[in-house]
Amino acid sequence: MTLTWLDWLLMLVYFAFVIGVGVALKRTTTTSAAFFQAGRAIPAWVCGLAFISANLGAQEIIGMAASGAKYGISTSHFYWVGAIPAMVFLGVFMMPFYYGSRARSVPEYLRLRFDEKTRGFNAISFALMTVFSSGISMYAMAKLLQILHIFDAPFAALGLGPEYIFHICVVSSAIVVLIYVLLGGLSSAIYNEVLQFFLIVAGFMPLVYLGLRDAGGWSGVSAAVPPSMTHAWRGFGSAATSPMGVDAFGVAMGLGFVLSFGYWCTDFLVVQRAMAADSMAAARRTPLIAAVPKMLFPFLVVLPGLIALSVHGGVIPLKMYEGTNRAVLDALGRPQLDYDLTVPTLLLRYFPTGMLGLGLTALLASFMSGMAGNVTAFNTVWTYDIYQAYLRPQASDAHYLRVGRLTTIFGIAASILTAYVAAQFNNIMDVLQLVFAFVNAPLLATFLLGMFWKRATGHGAFVGLVAGTAAAALHHGLTLPTGAIAGVKGGWLGSVATYPSEMAQNFWTAIDAWTVCFVVTIVVSLMTKPREDRELAGLVYSLTERPHDERLPWYRRPAIVGLLVIAGTFALNLVFF
Amino acid sequence: MDLDVRVPVGLMLAIMGALLVTYGLAGDRAIYTRSLGININAIWGSVLFATGDVLLLLARAAARRPRGRTLNEKRRDAAT
Repeated sequence: MTLTWLDWLLMLVYFAFVIGVGVALKRTTTTSAAFFQAGRAIPAWVCGLAFISANLGAQEIIGMAASGAKYGISTSHFYWVGAIPAMVFLGVFMMPFYYGSRARSVPEYLRLRFDEKTRGFNAISFALMTVFSSGISMYAMAKLLQILHIFDAPFAALGLGPEYIFHICVVSSAIVVLIYVLLGGLSSAIYNEVLQFFLIVAGFMPLVYLGLRDAGGWSGVSAAVPPSMTHAWRGFGSAATSPMGVDAFGVAMGLGFVLSFGYWCTDFLVVQRAMAADSMAAARRTPLIAAVPKMLFPFLVVLPGLIALSVHGGVIPLKMYEGTNRAVLDALGRPQLDYDLTVPTLLLRYFPTGMLGLGLTALLASFMSGMAGNVTAFNTVWTYDIYQAYLRPQASDAHYLRVGRLTTIFGIAASILTAYVAAQFNNIMDVLQLVFAFVNAPLLATFLLGMFWKRATGHGAFVGLVAGTAAAALHHGLTLPTGAIAGVKGGWLGSVATYPSEMAQNFWTAIDAWTVCFVVTIVVSLMTKPREDRELAGLVYSLTERPHDERLPWYRRPAIVGLLVIAGTFALNLVFF
Repeated sequence: MDLDVRVPVGLMLAIMGALLVTYGLAGDRAIYTRSLGININAIWGSVLFATGDVLLLLARAAARRPRGRTLNEKRRDAAT
């Protein structure tokens, strides 16, 4: 399969528009509030689409289809148990504190509610995490485009070897994101995320349609794969029979509560989109609006995995050792499938020239939206929570705007560097991601106690966070998934227990970290002096005036919309039970 | 004037749709064996073209309505 002029032209149109949006917004981006917070002037539906798009990176598209091929429709637990309830909770209960406190970032909320050290801990770990995750996704995407071999011919025509595909993909996409973020800041990232959202849907919807048609519809898929793949909850009665190696309690508590609430309710990457809304009501509606398409996303991103298994006896290629024709074997000596190639394989199989260009552009768009999300969150946290807080307080607004732009350049350069480090040492990246998972899991307990228990203190929050992080590391160091070797996968302190799968280990590490943080924060808070009630107004539930929603029409009231979204998710769980 | 996001999104989809439809109608039909015999370029291109136009119409209707504060005014308020 080779690309024709039409495919290139479609990609070019996309690039012209994303940069054009940046150029159009440049004129209004003259203050730091406009650059970092989009002037808090964006309508709810735009923030809502940006909210899901920022999370819809290439890793999500590729990873969810891969997981769909591995675990089947149970992968939708990440949406129907995980994301949706967390997004509803954020909109209905937590957004009033983020938006109402006038904090400019999530770490800044922690400073207002607790103290400087809790903010510092969160700001530094978050800033590092965004750079690394943007770098790692850059690496994954460039690697994928190189493996596909569709760019081999045009590169050869220019006299460049296939290894240049990696370099050019990394550098060119980084430059495009750099240009539009530099020009228009957060507004530009948000507007482009809406553009990317439409493009991702436009690129993948026909793929699912053609694939499903080829497979003979849902009944064809059901007939081709084992029943546990087409029923979301089959076997989840116990960890031994569950396809993911986790029982229903582990899914509900680990994924549904700790990991999902931890991500959707505290990660500044997504929360920043809602905080850019033009009013409190709009900020609260943002995650609820986002939840509606999110609810249907499994059909777009998980279903391709099942389709790829069903059509023509399965079309996912075998995993090969790099640069050889040798297949990678699993512990039982069976060849492994390269699940990450699920979506690209389907694109190349069903899309003729034209649609292929659109599909590839959609992949690029998903990759860029994820990257821009990381970059805008990074520049805000760095400038407000590290630079302004510790290095240079009291400077002029123009100075912080300049620092923000420089930070954007630095953040993207650091991401590129990370992409190359990832290409060299795969394990180092695994270790880093692990460390950040340890930092993030307990954070939810800190926020829940901070927002809903006025007695929680700064010392309590900080000690709780450190203890929770240590507990996560300890749990990981003492357990191992079945069949894994001690090291990055766990067991580096000695193996006390084994889990049936890596996912089970992740869920239980998160549950453990959350519980330790929750308990330690409470104990230390009770031993330390609380803050005066009047200092906590607008920051804690019991001391904050409830938003008045009664005058709004029903479809604008967060509680009602939230209930409808939850009911829809419940129905989807039942349909695919 | 502030940028309504429906304008760039609508324009982009309309242009991409028009390109796909034109190619689907004028180009070689043999390439569609891949897409199960369906001229996916023409069909999906027209869907994108129509979606883009609807977004542009909505943006135009919104621009004609008397509006509240502009983006710049809101930003000034947020900054103070």
